[in-house]
Amino acid sequence: MKLTKEEVLHVATLARLNIDASRIDTFADQLGNILEYVETLDQIDTREVAPTFHAVDKSNAFRDDAAAAHLEREAALANAPEAEDGYFIVPKVIE
Amino acid sequence: MTLHKLTIHAAQDLLKNKKISSVELTRAVLDRIHAVEPSVDAYISITEDLAMDRAAAADQAIRENNVRPLTGIPMAIKDLIATKGVKTTCASKILENFIPPYDATVMVKLNAAGSVMTGKVNMDEFAMGSSTENSGIKITKNPWDRSRVPGGSSGGSAAAVAADMCLGSLGSDTGGSIRQPAAHCGVVGVKPTYGRVSRFGLVAFASSLDQIGPLAKDVTDAAILLQVIAGYDPKDSTSIDTPVPDFRAALTGNVKGLKIGIPEQYHTSDGVSQDVLAAVGNAMDFYKKAGAELVDVSLPHSRYAVAAYYLIAPAEASSNLARYDGVKYGARDASAASLMDMYKETRSSGFGAEVQRRILLGTYALSAGYYDAYYKKASQIRTLIKQDFARAFEACDVILAPVTPTPAFKIGENIDDPLTMYLSDIFTLSANLAGIPGLSVPCGFSADGLPVGLQLMGNYFDETAILNAAYAFEQGTEFHKKRPDL
Repeated sequence: MKLTKEEVLHVATLARLNIDASRIDTFADQLGNILEYVETLDQIDTREVAPTFHAVDKSNAFRDDAAAAHLEREAALANAPEAEDGYFIVPKVIE
Repeated sequence: MTLHKLTIHAAQDLLKNKKISSVELTRAVLDRIHAVEPSVDAYISITEDLAMDRAAAADQAIRENNVRPLTGIPMAIKDLIATKGVKTTCASKILENFIPPYDATVMVKLNAAGSVMTGKVNMDEFAMGSSTENSGIKITKNPWDRSRVPGGSSGGSAAAVAADMCLGSLGSDTGGSIRQPAAHCGVVGVKPTYGRVSRFGLVAFASSLDQIGPLAKDVTDAAILLQVIAGYDPKDSTSIDTPVPDFRAALTGNVKGLKIGIPEQYHTSDGVSQDVLAAVGNAMDFYKKAGAELVDVSLPHSRYAVAAYYLIAPAEASSNLARYDGVKYGARDASAASLMDMYKETRSSGFGAEVQRRILLGTYALSAGYYDAYYKKASQIRTLIKQDFARAFEACDVILAPVTPTPAFKIGENIDDPLTMYLSDIFTLSANLAGIPGLSVPCGFSADGLPVGLQLMGNYFDETAILNAAYAFEQGTEFHKKRPDL
């Protein structure tokens, strides 16, 4: 299974990554090798097998809908690259 | 006395009987860290002042006869466990200056038990790796041979324990990240059952696989640490509300009648070194002589574990790591003009190559048109792997296997070939996919003098069975007493 440059760039956009032009081929090769390896899974017929998404079966974990202590706004914002008046600041969204 | 060499249980006795103080013990460990850190590179942050304050408080508690399970014990914490007010980097540039505003539940428990944190230790970035070479901060060396890797991703934890730079450590295990470095560094490492230990405050890599566990100098220490961190936590909706047994009390050393499953697939695998086969074979002989019964079991789908894991774990990682977007915390590329560019530039400059590779792989496996072929398929194989273990545990109490195909490899040996690196996890991944507990205990040395680990896997929430089996082995052997020359 080989990945094309275009596929790598498409996935990178989905993942919000910029791939440096010099590394596209390396990533394409490495990901292609891994995808080729995982094709061994096709040897198994899984049509009748339910998927496992959690290691240990557990249904929804509910708690009472009650107010409890939470992080102070100041603490929650303390690690923000940019914050002002209790808000996170981001570059302009609307042109 | 060389206090840094003490086990936790030995130090506990000396502290309780006021033969030593925690200030002396902590000072000795910090001195040891300063002496060998330049050659081992295990620590990312050394919290010296905090440690000395905690040690003084521990001594005060001892004077007041208020001795808790870890009072005054110096511990190193893997740098992906949130520590309030202390940098938690995940060995990533993107979190280089992140200071958590809260403690992980395991830290709340360690602090309540009286332990003294000496610092945060190195790892593969976001726990993605098997050698700690993927750290964005530094490369940790194996204390037994500094040209070799300590294993990973909890390589800083394992190296710190092996080099007596702490008395014990907490790591995390998503595909072998506690057991494999423990094996490579000749220490004990335990991955508990999924849900046994709260993941609240553990920076998420693959949420359905991650589990926090201890790395320690011997099995008794591992049992003591597991006791402190285990238990249901309402803050982790995947933690399980089930009784926590007394792990240390279960260490009888008696394995008479214990049924030990030997999976044919794990003992005939190609690419397993003679050193590993010989040491694991000796362990099997030991158990036979000790009165255990070796039974053949089969895990037919274990050969698909690597492929299933390297779809499921990256898929979950790609989702979990979406949060590093330069907005709420972590680094930001401030030069970008638009929001989209800011996301992309921040993530591309903040994540290392392996993390980007896994995000791409996981995004691909979850993307439109590929979900059924990759993520869903891998999750179905996961069911078959679980069923293999369920069948095996009908015939045995614990499963015995190697931890790694080879002893620690050379730094740089596998770094350019991700697939080869992934295949080194072949014996450890299945326990994470199934959610069962597993541990590594030292079982010998290679011809080159490198430690070899023995893996014992148990049924769900039956950590006592594997701990006791490991304890019996430890009581009958001397491997765990040998320490690297540094």
